[in-house]
Amino acid sequence: MAHSHPGYHDHHIGPEPQSWWTKYVFSQDHKVIAFQYVLTALFVGAVGMGLSWLMRLQLGFPGKVELINPTVYYQAVTQHGMIMVIYLLTALLLGGFGNFLVPLMLGARDMAFPFVNMLSFWAYFLSVVVLLASFFVPGGATGAGWTLYPPQSILKGTPGSDWGIILMLVSLLLFIVAATMGGLNYVTTVLQLRTKGMTLMRMPLAVWGIFVATVLALLAFPALFVGGVMLLLDRTVGSSFFLPAIVQFGQQLPREGGSPLLFQHLFWYFGHPEVYIVILPAMGIVSELIAVHSRKPIFGYPMMVLSIVVIGALSFIVWAHHMYTSGMNPYFGFLFAVTTLIVAIPSAVKVYNWVLTLWRGNIHLTTPMLFAIAFLNTFLIGGLTGLLLGNVIIDFPLQDTYFVVAHFHMVMGVAAIVAIFGGIYHWFPKATGRMMNETLGKVHFWITFVGTYAMFLPMHHIGLTGVPRRYFGFENLQFIPESVRDLNVFITVVALIVGAGQLVFAYNLVHSIFWGKKVGDNPWRAATLEWQTPTPPPHGNWGDQPPPPVYRWAYDYSVPGEKEDFIPQTRPQVTAGAGGGGE
Amino acid sequence: MERQPKRTLKSPSQLVSDWASDLSAFKVVWGKAMMWIFLLSDTFIFGSFIASYASARLAASATNSWPDPAKVFALELGGREVPLLLIAIMTVVLISSSGTMAIGVYHAYGRNKRMTALFLVITALLGLTFVSMQAFEWTHLIRDLGFRPWTNPMGAPQFGSSFFMLTGFHGLHVTIGVIYLTVVAVRVLKGVYDRGSYVGVEICGLYWHFVDLVWVFIFAFFYLF
Repeated sequence: MAHSHPGYHDHHIGPEPQSWWTKYVFSQDHKVIAFQYVLTALFVGAVGMGLSWLMRLQLGFPGKVELINPTVYYQAVTQHGMIMVIYLLTALLLGGFGNFLVPLMLGARDMAFPFVNMLSFWAYFLSVVVLLASFFVPGGATGAGWTLYPPQSILKGTPGSDWGIILMLVSLLLFIVAATMGGLNYVTTVLQLRTKGMTLMRMPLAVWGIFVATVLALLAFPALFVGGVMLLLDRTVGSSFFLPAIVQFGQQLPREGGSPLLFQHLFWYFGHPEVYIVILPAMGIVSELIAVHSRKPIFGYPMMVLSIVVIGALSFIVWAHHMYTSGMNPYFGFLFAVTTLIVAIPSAVKVYNWVLTLWRGNIHLTTPMLFAIAFLNTFLIGGLTGLLLGNVIIDFPLQDTYFVVAHFHMVMGVAAIVAIFGGIYHWFPKATGRMMNETLGKVHFWITFVGTYAMFLPMHHIGLTGVPRRYFGFENLQFIPESVRDLNVFITVVALIVGAGQLVFAYNLVHSIFWGKKVGDNPWRAATLEWQTPTPPPHGNWGDQPPPPVYRWAYDYSVPGEKEDFIPQTRPQVTAGAGGGGE
Repeated sequence: MERQPKRTLKSPSQLVSDWASDLSAFKVVWGKAMMWIFLLSDTFIFGSFIASYASARLAASATNSWPDPAKVFALELGGREVPLLLIAIMTVVLISSSGTMAIGVYHAYGRNKRMTALFLVITALLGLTFVSMQAFEWTHLIRDLGFRPWTNPMGAPQFGSSFFMLTGFHGLHVTIGVIYLTVVAVRVLKGVYDRGSYVGVEICGLYWHFVDLVWVFIFAFFYLF
């Protein structure tokens, strides 16, 4: 068809920036923005990990560490959750991997609107600054729990109810602005900027995951935005959107008629898709890693795409399974239990397809592959406990126990972070032209992987004994068996070791940037488009050439009768004969 | 300039294969696609606001009931209370501005610089009129009727809170729209679009029509209902 619509050839990106500031700081290049996102997110993630140490020290050795009082403990709990879910995982997967991979994998020169893309990072950076600043204001950061449920999050008596909660909400609103600006770019780029031959069903699964996650972000963050604005109004001007009539410390507060449940609905309408915003890009990344490192085409590609889309769609009608015990209408719980359990079907399709991809593959146990396999089984274990918690009747006793904590750490915390580690080990050579050290990578992997199970398997048991989460101390609680105290000590020790083990990764990352082993353009012999550019990809990604046309899907590995065990997407089909005539 | 070619109805499978084809899913410039996606996201923001308002209204108790908007927003005219008088005028003004915007876009298709700029400016002025009338309404409620964001003398405190929140957020959109229109009008006059396409005017128009459409919903659900 000969339309006169603008294709990639019309994409004018600015000239390559020359000065240090425009090249590395206020850069509009999607790769630089991706590195900025990754580094900022890793930094703030390290802060989040430090906070988890504070929590674990209190739980393992109550009262032994002077620094930790209830206020500090609750602040650590809250900020750890907030930082990890939003400022680390969401930012790193969408801002980091999304920015780096989407244009390179699709054969675009850059994002659709590089300037908006740059603004997106700086809005994110500002939100991180505001978040960290909340630790230093009078009263400290908010300690309301990462869900920020009113009324307690904005009433006196909760840590950080003076300034911390205001800064938290402002930081979230800034983050939403950043995510929206970035998200508009990713979606527009995926829809409109693909190279010749790159049909939707030839896109790598990593792009599919990032694309659907971004759509979810654009449709889910508005609910948090609205909830945040209303909570901010309740806190600052004294409206009563979420506050019913309350008597506090013997005094009637000047509020009436608000609904705390409304905030929960708004929060979880965002909060549940948020889980998939994190896990879908992780699934996409893992699909790439498994196909490349087992030298096999991904099994059931159309079903993989369909399951990503179906999971994304379902994520909008399951939110109230976080609210079974909140006092909403019980029939509501029944409805949401059904939709929740249906999510297991597309998720299981994905797990089976990954396993079938591995089956009789030529598996290379490289560091990225190890992390991808770690994703498979942490996601599986966490997903199975999710099936338990999705049932109303099982959720009632387990709600707000450590069982829930163990569940979501396995399924979306650890699973997402190992996918990120795998992705970083995998694409590091593309980004820098150097390999990360394999030995250190494997040390890092085994500490993380074994540590994960050592921490979270006992935590399931602690939860089953009924130990509530978010408690500062457990003195005088007779129902808690002695074994729980021992297990808590064990978990704390492991957590300290695993946390320290991440220093191996940090060292490896920094060391390899400067002194890693130099490699060529395509060290993993991968078929996707990003490996067919020079390394590191230049400004504009494809040099003076037009972006290469694509002739096949992204997973032509071990094709029978071929000399090499992979065929790049850019190689024409033999039957196509005179097709394209390009490169 | 992109004129849409005449479209015929397509079968669903054809539609899917069109969208899934290479290069681009929608045969429009990127900016237009991005504006559509942004407006979709913004729809969810206003949707959440309106749903929250609906929830607050449903929860208003018998003792502290939801005031009748027709009474609250009545103005005296010649010794008679006319319900929703100002709101009706505001609605007419805003919907008319959608009309002038459409005329502006029409002239943009014809690459008529002066007429395009003229109608953009008229649209911006109508938008400004709307915001001014809204400011008048806020002042009237706050000064004369004693409304506050946290309480009001008419009934449920959520009435005032929801009112200020909804109209405030919409008014913010209109204000941003006025600025946006002015910027585009200046760019039209400077001849920025003569070098390429006038599609920037149309994209601005999309935003403006969206803001008007949102007002129709706020008018229907908050004032009339």
